[in-house]
Amino acid sequence: METKNVMIVGVGGQGSLLASKLLGKLLLTKGYDIKVSEVHGMSQRGGSVVTYVRFGDKVYSPIIDKGEADFIVSFEMLEAARYTEFLKPDGKIITNTQQINPMPVITGAAEYPAELEEKIKSAGVDLVAVDALSLAEQAGSAKAVNIVLMGILSKYFDFTVDEWNEAIESSVPPKFLELNKKAFALGREVK
Amino acid sequence: MKTLMLGNEAVARGLYEAGCSFVSSYPGTPSTEITEYVAKYSEVYAEWAPNEKVAMESAFGAALAGKRSFCGMKHVGLNVAADPLFTISYTGVNAGMVIAVADDAGMHSSQNEQDSRHYALSSKIPMLEPADSAEAIAFTKLAYEISEKFDTPVLLKMCTRVSHSQSVVEQGDRVEASKPYEKNPGKYIMMPGNAKLRHPVVEKRTKDLTEYAETAPINVIEKGEDKKMGIITSSTSYQYVKEVFGDKYPVFKLGLIWPMPEKAILDFAASVESLVVVEELDSFIETHCRNLGLNPKGKEIFSNIGEISQNIVAEKFGIDTNSGATIDAVIPNRPPVMCAGCPHRGLFYTLSKNKVTVIGDIGCYTLGAVAPLNAIDAVVCMGASISGLHGFNKSQDDASSGKSVAVIGDSTFMHSGMTGLVNIAYNNSNSTVIILDNSITGMTGHQQNPTTGYNLKGDPASKIDLEALCRAVGINRVRVVDPYDLAECDTVIKEELAADEPSVIISRRPCALLKYVKHNKPLAVDADKCRSCKMCMKIGCPAISMQNGKAVIDNTLCTGCGVCEQLCKFDAFKSSKEAN
Repeated sequence: METKNVMIVGVGGQGSLLASKLLGKLLLTKGYDIKVSEVHGMSQRGGSVVTYVRFGDKVYSPIIDKGEADFIVSFEMLEAARYTEFLKPDGKIITNTQQINPMPVITGAAEYPAELEEKIKSAGVDLVAVDALSLAEQAGSAKAVNIVLMGILSKYFDFTVDEWNEAIESSVPPKFLELNKKAFALGREVK
Repeated sequence: MKTLMLGNEAVARGLYEAGCSFVSSYPGTPSTEITEYVAKYSEVYAEWAPNEKVAMESAFGAALAGKRSFCGMKHVGLNVAADPLFTISYTGVNAGMVIAVADDAGMHSSQNEQDSRHYALSSKIPMLEPADSAEAIAFTKLAYEISEKFDTPVLLKMCTRVSHSQSVVEQGDRVEASKPYEKNPGKYIMMPGNAKLRHPVVEKRTKDLTEYAETAPINVIEKGEDKKMGIITSSTSYQYVKEVFGDKYPVFKLGLIWPMPEKAILDFAASVESLVVVEELDSFIETHCRNLGLNPKGKEIFSNIGEISQNIVAEKFGIDTNSGATIDAVIPNRPPVMCAGCPHRGLFYTLSKNKVTVIGDIGCYTLGAVAPLNAIDAVVCMGASISGLHGFNKSQDDASSGKSVAVIGDSTFMHSGMTGLVNIAYNNSNSTVIILDNSITGMTGHQQNPTTGYNLKGDPASKIDLEALCRAVGINRVRVVDPYDLAECDTVIKEELAADEPSVIISRRPCALLKYVKHNKPLAVDADKCRSCKMCMKIGCPAISMQNGKAVIDNTLCTGCGVCEQLCKFDAFKSSKEAN
């Protein structure tokens, strides 16, 4: 199988590491070769963060380069736009529609671009934009945005809901299990 | 059983399996997790040392005693530990000793992108370079075998992409290893008479290791079908080469990056029509090839700046890559920022307001340099704030001392700031040092240090009394401020700058991200009272933004620290309860 590439992007502190951990665990049970790469340190302090998940028969490079991502899962609208150039021509972006202002916007040195959803689409991108924050809150916690997004992503993978739920069980503490399963289900129901 | 493992976790696993029983390190991205993971094995004693030099010397002592030992650090940490490094090379070891050094090409979280391979060459210590997590386990174990067989410490070179990538590994069992200690003055007392006799031993060892490199199992030639080009590479560069070319061209992958084989490389070069070296940062393998009389393509096509990637490899060989979609919008940067509730913010605001020259240091608080605070003038390396300030003031006969300070974190002060403070007291510059004591090593992800009262394993430990320490080295004026209290900060900074002798201000409040820190209720803005003056925007808090001309607080981020509230002249900030 040709290597598949999933990028998970967002703002430091949004929980992208749990999403990649979950995906990694699930893919491992399927016998794939896998590489998951993240950058720690400076990027965590509210900066732009990116995690690369690659799987296939044999995966060499730990990173995903421009024009290579089959899926970009974004926790925030501006980050979806920032990494659009990493998408394959027939790839898909799944994004949370939440807007988080970066410091240059807060200080007035830059503007948060308007109508990003339309602009990404008009670049010819297959975009799924969802208010994942509301769905996460509906599931019981704003912190479950990551699992809502995994629920949306799951529709494009051939794994059963049970297999996803098993991976969730092995990735989150028991007391948050029901919340996360609900968040996953709400994501998966998104049309 | 196959599991996914982070490269750093895999080094820790390798240490465990190899029977390593002593670990001493100082945290530094991207090396930190090696030591955090190995601390989870009860069979391994593991500690945070105050700095890399202490860590390496402690690991040497353990190896001398007959225990397999380890120390881990980032590339710039090896500079700090370079003194013992070069002489441990002469003494050799008793039980095996491994030193991990993690480079940060691309400077994801570093102040330079030095290439640590040069240390192997100049200290004459062999260096192994794994390319993924499975190799990280295997190479760590092999490093101990090499260490004991050739009587040398061994460097294990990691990099951001190997340290911080998870890949599939299989785990093995631990094999205990130890040796008796025997006194051997000629080998371990490095005074000139003995060291002169050890240097030839080191040179002979390098020859033996070069011979070993010719057939070392971690130097692997992968046959390719097309002999037009042969590629010599290592580490993550190997992964990018394979990603682009697969099995097309012959590849010589070096796992032992120093010393490198000679005959094996000459034979490989002779088997292909042209030779290319793909390596990140400096010309290291390429220079070795040139010394052998070869003329490979290397840095004439690849930059010695930043990371390589599969697209860069492809482009250099004229292979098309997908160019992704471009969006018709200017995408603002999202740089890292001080967190909402960060105790450093109030202190830096006060320094900025008073237009103080600030010599900074390495840690989260380096973010005081960015807009809108713009509060820092210079940052070089761990500890350089205090010594830098001393030179800045002394060279101007203290003309600058009423308007300049050094800022340094608690962990960095322990690392290498103390000696600078001794110098200020001893050579009497009228300098003001601010220790930002947030009770943790923040930037690298919350490691304990000698000021926190806990050790790496989380057990209670001796806690340095910073005030007493500063007084003991000769500083008479030592003040403590709460950085959430802007008026107090302002008063104390002004007083200490005006004082006619050296002083230390300890700005004390724990990191807002620490689990035990209780946050106040988020504040809210009374829109009727907000006059849009933007005073609250001067502190660069990510929880505050202007919307429709009024300040708005993001209550998912706000910790209720109240710094913004103190800046508002119109009393527009209220605890959210009051505002409702």
